[in-house]
Amino acid sequence: MSDEIVIDVRGLTKSYGGRKVVDDFDLKVPRGAIYGFLGPNGSGKTTTIRMVCGLLKPESGAGEVLGFDVLRESLKIKERVGYMTQKFSLYEDLSIRENLDFIARLYGLDRRAERLDRALAELGLSERQEQLAGKLSGGWKQRLALAACMIHEPELLLLDEPTAGVDPKARRDFWDRIRQYASQGVTTLVSTHYMDEAVQCDAIAYIAYGKKLIDAPTAQIPGRIGLHAWRMAGHPLHPAELMLKDAPGVELVARFGAEIHACGKDAAALERAVRRVQDAQPQLSAAPIEAGFEEIFIYLMSGAMDNFQ
Amino acid sequence: MAALPRLDLSWSRVFAVFLKELVQMRRDRPTFAIMILMPVIQLILFGYAINTDPRHLPAVVEMREDGPMTRAFLASLHASTFVDIVAVAHTAEEGEAMLRSGQASYLISIPEGFERRLLRGERPQILIAADASDPVAATGALGAIERIARSAFVPEFTGPLAYLAQGPPPYEIVIHRLYNPAGVSAFNIVPALLGVILTMTMVMITSIALTRETERGTMENLLATPVRPIEVMIGKTTPYIGVGAIQVAIVLITSTALFRIPFTGSLPAFLIAVTLFILANLMLGYLISTLARTQMQAMQMTFFVFLPSILLSGFMFPFKAMPGWAQAIGECLPITHFLRIIREIVLKSAGFADIVGDLWPLTLITLALAALALVRFRRTLD
Repeated sequence: MSDEIVIDVRGLTKSYGGRKVVDDFDLKVPRGAIYGFLGPNGSGKTTTIRMVCGLLKPESGAGEVLGFDVLRESLKIKERVGYMTQKFSLYEDLSIRENLDFIARLYGLDRRAERLDRALAELGLSERQEQLAGKLSGGWKQRLALAACMIHEPELLLLDEPTAGVDPKARRDFWDRIRQYASQGVTTLVSTHYMDEAVQCDAIAYIAYGKKLIDAPTAQIPGRIGLHAWRMAGHPLHPAELMLKDAPGVELVARFGAEIHACGKDAAALERAVRRVQDAQPQLSAAPIEAGFEEIFIYLMSGAMDNFQ
Repeated sequence: MAALPRLDLSWSRVFAVFLKELVQMRRDRPTFAIMILMPVIQLILFGYAINTDPRHLPAVVEMREDGPMTRAFLASLHASTFVDIVAVAHTAEEGEAMLRSGQASYLISIPEGFERRLLRGERPQILIAADASDPVAATGALGAIERIARSAFVPEFTGPLAYLAQGPPPYEIVIHRLYNPAGVSAFNIVPALLGVILTMTMVMITSIALTRETERGTMENLLATPVRPIEVMIGKTTPYIGVGAIQVAIVLITSTALFRIPFTGSLPAFLIAVTLFILANLMLGYLISTLARTQMQAMQMTFFVFLPSILLSGFMFPFKAMPGWAQAIGECLPITHFLRIIREIVLKSAGFADIVGDLWPLTLITLALAALALVRFRRTLD
């Protein structure tokens, strides 16, 4: 990471049918960073990413991406950005190699054959290069899509939920690759639903209902939210879980194997709620714990942050 | 006028889109097969249904004279499969009544003194009154009777009469189209079918050029690359020039082989006109694909264009007989100009100079459609 800012957008706003899907959105992403973009479904992540890469025109706002004006120089931005769409958007009736060749030609790349061979080998697609893209499984499609958006060696990767519907092994490989690119100075803005992916990001921007609510280095996120947590264990857990869910002061109840974690921002109210449950179910143990990333992200992704300011 | 998009195009990107379309076309076998088979099927279907020289049409012959030559002519008429002589009338009223009542489709009359005037080189007339309420039946008359007459008289022009075989026929065949003076010539339809077939396939196939990308979700990826709208347009339409060329070849071969359409005009002029016409249709289709949101809409718009192309272009009805506003619409359709050009070239042996009057409107339409399509092209997903 360096001090150079690769994405610098201010006040991006977009509405559909009178509803603001993205509202006054600011973001600064330094070069080489892996920036996580989190938020519940429909919160405006895809719209924001599309505005950053010039696929949608913001109603208002301004900004620069890689030093080029978001509104006026989108062609220059497109030449230097690799965008991976949420839905597979390469040609299912072209083979893997034909797809990559098409993209390579559109970017006007020289030494195409060499670049294609290298990209195919790097992603482990050499054996399958003549296979039609439509016949690939989700994981392989995702590899192909990543290869396609990397073929012109972009400085910035915009990945829109790249690992949705991909098996854990393929997701790990994918992230290894992203980190490797980051070490080479490639900046990544990636939206995700998975907390194991979110924790791998250097920083996180959290968006809900089109508004950015949190934007901080990942390590600072728990502190920013100020979430308190209690752990309860014992038998039976289910009645306690139900009681906690309705209790005032409890904003999140999550099951972790043989224990439940109850979280809330008001420490006193949370403790009162847990104590009440323990009075009713004295065989259960209860102890305060530090709210970890897992609780934080379940809390964030469940949309519990809607009214957070 | 709004500024036209800058033409900063890269031919390698055009080629990329072109190549991709070509591969996709090759993979999409059913569509490709339809594009190749459609001209053949349409031509045979319409060519024969609308167009085959009508055979065995009832005719009444009015003979005002009886001599060796007129008898030979009558014999030829009897022998021909084109007409069936249902009666030989001796008065004009008799023949006309049969024509009016529909008992006969033709009244062929040989006037008094025909042979005498023929020998003197006065070019006497053979009068044919055709019931043109069935235009196709009427139009077959001229060509067929001409052939019959030639085959009847030429053998007679021997010995001392050999001078009659020189130069133009020493007689004249005059056709009166009754009941529908603006008939459609039989040879009119088959060349015109080329225009209809090209309109149908070219517009239809390009009308889904962009909507297919949008519906399959590939548009998002395409727009994320630095490809320019004009590059997409050229790259996506050019493969179909080839398809159009194949269709033209198929139609030409079929129409010469099956329908014996004479092709007497200038071939270079034809090639220029047909290429321009294909381009115009590709641009029309492409414009539709920038307007339609789904493939279904694109199809509906294609048919919206297709109907006036058949009805208002002079394909179905005589252009000059239409009201002014309909002619104005017709003038805006590429096929109207192409029909005029192809009839000139194929039937009237026209050269380049004769078709310029329709070439420039065709060029103008093509450019206007292309410009409109470029303006309409959505560079974003908005």
